[in-house]
Amino acid sequence: MKLNRKVKISSDIPTASMPDIIFMLLIFFMVTTVLREYSGLDVELPKAKRIQKLKSKRHTAHIWVSKQGQISIEDKLVRSSNVRHIMYTKRAADPQLTVSIKADKAARMGLISDIHTELRKADALMLNYSSKTAID
Amino acid sequence: MARRRFKGGEIPTSSMADIAFLLLIFFLVTTTIDMDKGLGIILPAEGEELEIKKTNILNCLINSQGNVLLGGKPIAIKDVNREVRRRLAKNDKLIISVKAHEKTKYGDYVAVIDQLKRANATRISIADSE
Repeated sequence: MKLNRKVKISSDIPTASMPDIIFMLLIFFMVTTVLREYSGLDVELPKAKRIQKLKSKRHTAHIWVSKQGQISIEDKLVRSSNVRHIMYTKRAADPQLTVSIKADKAARMGLISDIHTELRKADALMLNYSSKTAID
Repeated sequence: MARRRFKGGEIPTSSMADIAFLLLIFFLVTTTIDMDKGLGIILPAEGEELEIKKTNILNCLINSQGNVLLGGKPIAIKDVNREVRRRLAKNDKLIISVKAHEKTKYGDYVAVIDQLKRANATRISIADSE
């Protein structure tokens, strides 16, 4: 008995649509990428457990507070009394603004409290104390 | 004069995949996936001061050494969670007023706020440090 030989099927992976797939991935990453805008100050963030993610990077303004008591916004060192003006303009431009405070864990509360007062005056009320995840 | 033959004006597409790959790798590398995380809090608006009954306030004081005084009694930071939870069960209108000394470390303050959040305390008041 003669068996019908099957016709050889080429076993290559089709690569014709590969550029399309890559382009799709590329567009995804292009859209989601937010380039790091500011380098900020060197801080050691405090640790906390009940932490939330910030909603969106686009609606976030950062304030860095170093151990030595320096305050940095947009890579410029500012005095605590100037925080109000900067944040007021930012808040006016973006009503959904969340202020993320990246303060060193050894920073003093007196300064943080001053920033609170300034932010309240600037009507920027949504706040986030940036912190790392604590592990037991 | 001999006419040149038209050889077809196509853009070479064979290297397109390579170019796309290169761009893809660039964006993969520059993307920062680690989103900022932290303790969310909403400050009261300026000039928004309310009179609150004394029985509904729980004072939480933090001194410059990071010692906590909760309702007049000293307590370890890690026990704040349990104590506040207990008190909230008794009185759900309880407002916790956190007051920190000017020289208190920010880390201690965040630890206390974290403890309060873990006790599901939604009404947290931040008093100006003295």
